[in-house]
Amino acid sequence: MARPTSRHSRPGRTLLVLLALILAMGATMLLQKAFTPKLGLDLAGGTTVTLSPVTLNNASPPEEILDRAVNIIRDRVNGTGISDAEVAKSGDNIIISIPGVGQSEAIKLVATTAELRFRQVLAMEATQIPQDLATNAPSPSAAPSATGTGTPSARQSAQPSSSRSAGPAPSASPTGKALSSALTAPTPSASAPADPSATQSSQGQNDQGAKRGQGKATPSASPSQQASTPPAQEQNPGVNPEGIDPAVLAQFNKLNCADPANRGQGVQDDPNKQYAGCEADGSYKYVLDVAKVVGTDIDTASAGIRQGTTEWVVQLDFKSKGAGAWADLTQKAYNSQEPRNKVAVVLDGVVITAPNIISPIPGGRAEITGGFDQLSATTLADQLKYGALPLKFNRSSIDTVSSTLGQDQLKGGLIAGLIGLVLVVIYSLLYYRGLGIVAVLSLVVATIITYCSVVVLGHNANFRLSLPHIIGLVVSIGITADSFIVYFERIRDEMKEGHRTLRAAVEVAWVRARRTILIADAVMFIAAIVLYFLAVGGVAGFAFAMGLTTLIDVVVVFLFTKPFIALLARLKFFAKGHPLSGLDAERMSDASGSARPTTPQEA
Amino acid sequence: MGLARRLYRGEIDVDFVGKWRLWYSLSGALLLVSILGLLINGLNLGVEFRGGTVFSFKTSQNLTVEQIREDIREEGVHQVIVQSAGDGWRVTTETLEEDFRAEVQSAIAKDFNVPVGDVSVQAIGATWGGEVSQKAWIGLGVFMLAIILYLSMAFEPKMALGAIVALFHDLVITAGIYAWSGFEVTPATLLGFLTILGYSLYDAVVVFDMIKEVTAKLGHTSKMTYSMAANNALNHTLIRSLNTSLVAILPVAAILFIGTTLLGAGTLKDLSLALFVGMVVGTYSSLCVATPLLVTLKEREPKYQAIAKRLASTKGSGKGAKGGPKSAAVAKG
Repeated sequence: MARPTSRHSRPGRTLLVLLALILAMGATMLLQKAFTPKLGLDLAGGTTVTLSPVTLNNASPPEEILDRAVNIIRDRVNGTGISDAEVAKSGDNIIISIPGVGQSEAIKLVATTAELRFRQVLAMEATQIPQDLATNAPSPSAAPSATGTGTPSARQSAQPSSSRSAGPAPSASPTGKALSSALTAPTPSASAPADPSATQSSQGQNDQGAKRGQGKATPSASPSQQASTPPAQEQNPGVNPEGIDPAVLAQFNKLNCADPANRGQGVQDDPNKQYAGCEADGSYKYVLDVAKVVGTDIDTASAGIRQGTTEWVVQLDFKSKGAGAWADLTQKAYNSQEPRNKVAVVLDGVVITAPNIISPIPGGRAEITGGFDQLSATTLADQLKYGALPLKFNRSSIDTVSSTLGQDQLKGGLIAGLIGLVLVVIYSLLYYRGLGIVAVLSLVVATIITYCSVVVLGHNANFRLSLPHIIGLVVSIGITADSFIVYFERIRDEMKEGHRTLRAAVEVAWVRARRTILIADAVMFIAAIVLYFLAVGGVAGFAFAMGLTTLIDVVVVFLFTKPFIALLARLKFFAKGHPLSGLDAERMSDASGSARPTTPQEA
Repeated sequence: MGLARRLYRGEIDVDFVGKWRLWYSLSGALLLVSILGLLINGLNLGVEFRGGTVFSFKTSQNLTVEQIREDIREEGVHQVIVQSAGDGWRVTTETLEEDFRAEVQSAIAKDFNVPVGDVSVQAIGATWGGEVSQKAWIGLGVFMLAIILYLSMAFEPKMALGAIVALFHDLVITAGIYAWSGFEVTPATLLGFLTILGYSLYDAVVVFDMIKEVTAKLGHTSKMTYSMAANNALNHTLIRSLNTSLVAILPVAAILFIGTTLLGAGTLKDLSLALFVGMVVGTYSSLCVATPLLVTLKEREPKYQAIAKRLASTKGSGKGAKGGPKSAAVAKG
């Protein structure tokens, strides 16, 4: 920023800097073809939902959990096909803004904790997953040993919590790695043929050429090589069309879970229909039966360490109604053949886990085991408890603004701003006369810069002008005006006290006024920053506007008001103290009139 | 010479500091009345704090408050508060369930011949306002801390103290006005309160800056006590203070005017009302509370006591002379 030294200021040059700044913003607007500010929902019409997290003892939830919630909600909003919606974090709250009216259905869906569905697996198939992921899959020894054994390796199993001893029987599983990916990899290899090439033809799936090629290059595949592409080599063994809706089967066949975009995150699956979906990490795809048990049947879920072991498990308690359904479901799964002995937990359209059912589970309690660590167990327990959102949220406010009402408010705000500006202009002209022109022009320049900033910010940082912003901008007319009032008064002081020429007074006064203006603006700026970071809802917008205009005020005073006055001081009209200049002899004289008014000379 | 003319020429010399007793008792009385108001009446908290649902719509039909109230009661809503502004209406009810809310919305649309999309609905959980005010308190605390630090560095701790006390003064009195008048307190009002703080300090900062400049010259041989010098500085910036306040209040008054006449109850009105009231109080306090308080604190310092003593014994001369004896009293006070 230009900092003219007292005597040798170059007002012309400084003004050019300002002009360049404004032109640069104007050019940006031209290039981006953006000429109007983006409007917030309270002005353009739309719905704003504020979700407040519900936590025990009102503590702030951890940042990462909030971020996760934001991402899930964003997925859901996008899943509904609403365009231009925004999901943002504001303090502990999550604010969802949906433009347009009549989106109540979407809001209901978006803000609701997703319901969990327990569905029996009817068919499943491993996805050809990229090499790097494949290395996380079952360990080398798994493939050969599992061939034809038909024993579930039970890295994941649901079982009654009472029959503790029965459960982990096959825990000698060779694949008991405590990897989180183990969660998602049950026992497909159990029925996988040992010969990888055998599956190639049967699986005519796309985009696996590269890996296939690799597989072919080593026909005498050693176990370890097999393992690097293990779950892929499945001969569609799980797909037994019996009892599967052909439409769903067709869907299943088309489903490519390797692409994250296809995994259906955010889709609301209909509990009364069969469903084809992917595992959360895309490693498997499933055909799932209708949901026999849903999330509301769960009383509570928790993560914990099983007694006497170091194994993390997730415990589930069902409500009385759910307990019966759960018993039926597990009984049915238990009596079924692989892979129908699994029950998938589906959330937001995605299978989060599909444990084997080792025995029917009566009594309304269940335990999911297998390869959990503390984090994954807690995550799963939270998901089971709250649905996909890691936190419970309250819809603390829902604000639907019709566009007509928004337009009215916009109009009202603009009219108020205009009236305010006009009043300030009239007052400045009456009181400061000639100098008032500087005041008016300063306000005009400030208005232009503010408008450009709002437009440019709108198109580059998605800044949306809302009612609180407008109020903030109108209110800061006062701040802008104050800066030149401070300066004018200083000039008049200098003229009164010293026998200075106007040109000298303008420079000396500036040095002092600059300090005051900067300190005062700093106070406003601190206020704005504090408000911005601690604010809820509209407060942040207001604070942002206040901070922005405080900065603009500094720019205007330094780059416009000061150099412009310096230029004017060279004019006879001002330098000679014309009665209309605002620097006339009468105003400069002492009360007693004894001190000779300094008639400023042209330097 | 008329006051207006003297003001215009910047030739006024009001003994703000010397009249400290008057200001202190006036402010004390105002504070007392305000606190009483808060205790007796309390604040009229808006729907944001109690929780509830607000329907807003505009209609060209000629309706009365009773008509609308009856109409909405018929839907099975119990608490109905109807407010009007021009042809706009704002109906506040108790918290309604989601489906019921939509029902009432479409009923309003049908009964008053408004497109459903033009009926705005605002549903506010009871915890919402509490959250806002909790944040506001935190904001207040952080703000005060930041300002005390900043002013202590930019000026000196005593000035920071004077400014903060004046700020509390403004806050309590503004709240008192709200308590007595029964104006509704909404989150926008809180926002206004917080902004007042910025303004109140802004004003005090400019005055203090001048006081610092003027009193920096005070030494053993000076002819002015701290209070005289401060009063001089105050008068020096009086025009600026008044002009600034006026210029700041003008746009706020415009928002208030538009907010009440055109739009009725809402963010615009709530915010500007708080700002308007707060700015008026803030202007008074930066002149009559912050500076006298600063002087009271400063005159206790040995350096300035010595000057005051010396000037009290000899006859003061020069510009600030007439404030002399009174100002000396400040030192004792």
